[in-house]
Amino acid sequence: MQDQRDLWDWEMFFRALPPVLEGFLTVTLLVTVLGTAIAAVLGLVWAMLIRLAPQPVSGIVKWFVAFIRMTPIVVQLLFAYYAFLMVDAMTIGIVVFGIHYSTYMSEVYRAGIDAVPKGQWEATTALSMSTRRTWAAVVIPQALRATVPALGNYAISMFKDTPFLLVIGVVEMVNAAQIFGGNNFRYVEAITLAGIIFLLASYPTSVLIRRMEKRLAYAN
Amino acid sequence: MPTPTDPAATPIIEFRDVEKRFGDNVVLKNLDFHVNRGERVTLIGPSGSGKTTILRLVMTLEEATDGLILIDGDPLTHRIVDGRRVRLSNREIKRTRTRIGMVFQQFNLFPNMTVIQNITESPIHVLGQSKAEATRRARDLLHQVGLDDKADAHPSSLSGGQQQRVAIARALAMDPEILLLDEVTSALDPEIVGEVLGILRRIAETTDITMLIVTHEMQFARDVSDRVLMFDGGSIVEDADPDTMFTAPAHERTRKFLKAVLGEGQIGTR
Repeated sequence: MQDQRDLWDWEMFFRALPPVLEGFLTVTLLVTVLGTAIAAVLGLVWAMLIRLAPQPVSGIVKWFVAFIRMTPIVVQLLFAYYAFLMVDAMTIGIVVFGIHYSTYMSEVYRAGIDAVPKGQWEATTALSMSTRRTWAAVVIPQALRATVPALGNYAISMFKDTPFLLVIGVVEMVNAAQIFGGNNFRYVEAITLAGIIFLLASYPTSVLIRRMEKRLAYAN
Repeated sequence: MPTPTDPAATPIIEFRDVEKRFGDNVVLKNLDFHVNRGERVTLIGPSGSGKTTILRLVMTLEEATDGLILIDGDPLTHRIVDGRRVRLSNREIKRTRTRIGMVFQQFNLFPNMTVIQNITESPIHVLGQSKAEATRRARDLLHQVGLDDKADAHPSSLSGGQQQRVAIARALAMDPEILLLDEVTSALDPEIVGEVLGILRRIAETTDITMLIVTHEMQFARDVSDRVLMFDGGSIVEDADPDTMFTAPAHERTRKFLKAVLGEGQIGTR
């Protein structure tokens, strides 16, 4: 029975569409967008704490960032899932993805901050600018310019990492495709569909990043 | 005396036995000098003689490793308490710093802001001026530097000379009592140097801001200064009015330096 079926069944492909799309919209997209937002904000917080906070705070943050970066996201998902049983898996997923990628983002922000020329800092001193204004009006806007493409690339990486959510039982797009496949004894169409959706979503995002990069760029 | 103010008054800048070292490298040693209010003092000397370091110390971009710097009689970064040299709090340092402005060789405009935002940033956020007030003053200053139409431009769209004029307007917008000019024309094309120096000459003529100037433009130094200090190896070699300094320098080191900068036969001519 099984081996007599066609390799590809268009009907199955279209039947897989609703559940897979639902997984994409309600989980994959949501985790990516919220996770990226958390990573973008926390990454800047880490970078600024490492740079501005007194010891031991900056040392602890530095250590934490290195630790998170050097352990796999699957381990972090499982750890958080079992350590915080009262929190729902979806929230765990968003927060873990956000924190995991924030540690990469902090490196990007650090590089962006380091790239602000010394003369800019000296000008803020010569103009008696407060630390707050120095960062808010000069350093961060200039550092961000350099970080937009990296932030976008990490968002795409995170997007492609979302299937790891299945280790904590969150039904995102790939998991939904697998469940569909299991219910219908047809996997290829649903998994292919998930792959196509990944591609269709990643490509416009990368185009968007390039456009933002251009808009933020100013020649020197 | 060429000083325009009463010499008995408190000098606006006073260096007392100042030393600045970077590691083992002593850049300034046992430096004593003062600048009176309203005076224009130019520092000349070979590169590496510590001229720029002096401006950077006054602007608090660097801190002296020994000795005291007083601004209008108040300690700038350190004071002596019970015979020990103690650093002031950041807040105290900041209070004095707002009285001092600086124009840099590399302009250092903020590229993420428009010209008008560059100029109004600190008047609004440091001096507490209203946006309207700061903008009005900024436009007035832009007019003075001949850039009325560039208020909304970004620095990247301006030429070097235009950027430096904006930087001058930005420094003046803070109404500094002391203006530090650090080789402000060194990064400019030769044909643009004149326009920037012209603006500085006019500021020197129309205001009573104290100026401490590091420049290689000897004619400008001669025209604008009340006093010229010749530096070599971190110490003052000669302290004289510009006519004496440029026509009849007392020290061999000064003569050699001026001959190298101005060319043979230039000293003594006008």
